[in-house]
Amino acid sequence: MSQIVYQRSAGLQDVETHYCPGCHHGIIHKLIAETLVELDLCGTAVGVCPVGCAVYAGNYLNCDFIEAAHGRAPAVATGVKRTHPYLPVFTYQGDGDLAAIGAAEIMHAAMRGERFTTIFVNNAIYGMTGGQMAPTTLEGQKSTTSQLGRDRQHHGLPVRMAELLSTLDGMAYAERVCVADMPSLHKAKRAIKKAFTLQMQGIGFTFVEVLSTCPTNWGMTPVAAGQWVKDTMTKYYPLGVIKDVEGTV
Amino acid sequence: MSKELWKGNEAIGEAAVRAGCDAYFGYPITPQNEIPEYMSRRMQEEHRVFVQAESEIAAINMVYGAAAAGMRAMTSSSSPGISLKQEGISYLIGAELPAVIVNMMRGGPGLGTIQPSQSDYFQATRSPGHGDGRMIVLAPSGIQEAVDLMQDAFDLADRWRTPVMMLADGMIGQMMEPIEWKQRPAQPPVDKPWAATGQADRGHTNFVTSLRLDSVDNEAFNQALQEKYSQIREQETRWEEIDCEGAELILVAFGTTARIALSAARKLRQEGIKAGLFRPITLWPFPSEALLKAATQPGVRAALAVEMSAGQMVEDVRLTLCGAKPVHFFGRTGGMIPEPAQVAQEIRRILKEGQA
Ligand SMILES: Cc1ncc(C[n+]2csc(CCOP(=O)(O)OP(=O)(O)O)c2C)c(N)n1
Ligand code: SF4
Repeated sequence: MSQIVYQRSAGLQDVETHYCPGCHHGIIHKLIAETLVELDLCGTAVGVCPVGCAVYAGNYLNCDFIEAAHGRAPAVATGVKRTHPYLPVFTYQGDGDLAAIGAAEIMHAAMRGERFTTIFVNNAIYGMTGGQMAPTTLEGQKSTTSQLGRDRQHHGLPVRMAELLSTLDGMAYAERVCVADMPSLHKAKRAIKKAFTLQMQGIGFTFVEVLSTCPTNWGMTPVAAGQWVKDTMTKYYPLGVIKDVEGTV
Repeated sequence: MSKELWKGNEAIGEAAVRAGCDAYFGYPITPQNEIPEYMSRRMQEEHRVFVQAESEIAAINMVYGAAAAGMRAMTSSSSPGISLKQEGISYLIGAELPAVIVNMMRGGPGLGTIQPSQSDYFQATRSPGHGDGRMIVLAPSGIQEAVDLMQDAFDLADRWRTPVMMLADGMIGQMMEPIEWKQRPAQPPVDKPWAATGQADRGHTNFVTSLRLDSVDNEAFNQALQEKYSQIREQETRWEEIDCEGAELILVAFGTTARIALSAARKLRQEGIKAGLFRPITLWPFPSEALLKAATQPGVRAALAVEMSAGQMVEDVRLTLCGAKPVHFFGRTGGMIPEPAQVAQEIRRILKEGQA
């Protein structure tokens, strides 16, 4: 007798994604999907997707979605959550979207303690537009607009958004995770689930930074890209809980 | 119904509350500050949503979010702030979302002045943001009309799934006038089956987006938009004509300037000079057909557009009359207000010098 041991989460729509092989966007979608199912939020959740490779997230996740202008997802989510305080609301944003053009919107959403969740996908590069430098690009890392490598004299150093936002009183919970191996993936799932759970308790802004891959623009194989997240990215972007007001009170 | 004395900005805020505005998002800028100030208190009293955003960009995107989630949402600003909202307005158009935007125009360009102006006519009617989009633009010439149009603005936005701009100037925002709160027949609630509010009762997901990557799809969307725009032109164009019948000269003016032009026309009547006023109420769609009719009546020698700008609406007047009658322009710009005597003098000159 055959037995189902693994199947597509009911939190995902039955479609193929357009993500490149080895891209972690798809894995992160899956963790959100499982969270929505386990917390029974598929019927009520409203996601806000970014301008970036995840612009079609609304076609992949099985919940209502709104596509925002580049960087403005936190403002859009504010408009949704303030008018529908009982709906679970989340933004899904890349590092160009959140840390560059949308830096003001995310900072102020955190300052106001907006009661939604942000899933921040940090792949240290602009994926969709072809591998330009992001505020999160590592020192020395090559990109199409830092072809000799990011230079601290010229570009400054990369930004740690989870730490930066955690200085704001409105931030209730911030954790940095990655999905490059199974133990990390389980931790990432726990973090995302916790963020949604805390959101539904209304305690403040919740934020999960997920270190992610862009093998296409990094010029790496999927395996090497996963390894680079673990070996190199986590050195500058340490994994773990950065803020948890619930845990400290 | 008794009349009450109201300041323009506050009256507009109150009218929005009475029109069922669920959420207001704004950012301070003179000369419209009384709108967010008033709304901060009134929306709270009504247990509705008020957020002072960190910028006009954030405010319009909060409107976008609330509108996408099915709510009646609005923002207000003045010229420099409206420039920042253009991105969001384009997205509202692209996602076909209803919203109301108030622009209490001030003189530009740049930081300019806080004095009243009408120099955002091009921005409002030609290019509310990038792309081939339009929005309905309503231009009240007094506080009573502003209050009445505010209700219409929300209704039009919902009916046509489009942003609607209330285009007034600092004068209308700052002055006080007696107004009457008219009892309106209750509008049936507009169904918004497309809104993103959770799929539970629906059984399928909604995805509110303006992205149509395949240009075939995007052209089809644009064609549908244009079709919607021609219906709006047919059904929603509004204007007022005063003393146009038998006039030798047709003044064309909107908002504050229409009142100034009318004073000039009334003054000239005493001298036996007959000037009529054609006042567009919707700036987009521009009431071309009606203007053409009014300005080509027997006896009309010329049209004179009067504006608080270097000449913007006059282009629509020229496009409308297309050589059928001479079109003249008189304007003050940069925050200066034309005086009725100046307008009257210009009319005398046009008619006397045979320039008509
Ligand atoms: C206002 C505006 N500026 C620029 C762009 C072009 N653009 C599209 S996606 C993108 C960056 C995406 O990078 P990121 O946020 O890191 O997401 P990723 O694609 O890596 O997931 C940019 C700059 C745009 N669409 N809109
Ligand atoms: S370009 Fe990079 S971020 Fe975008 S889908 Fe491909 S791998 Fe993922």
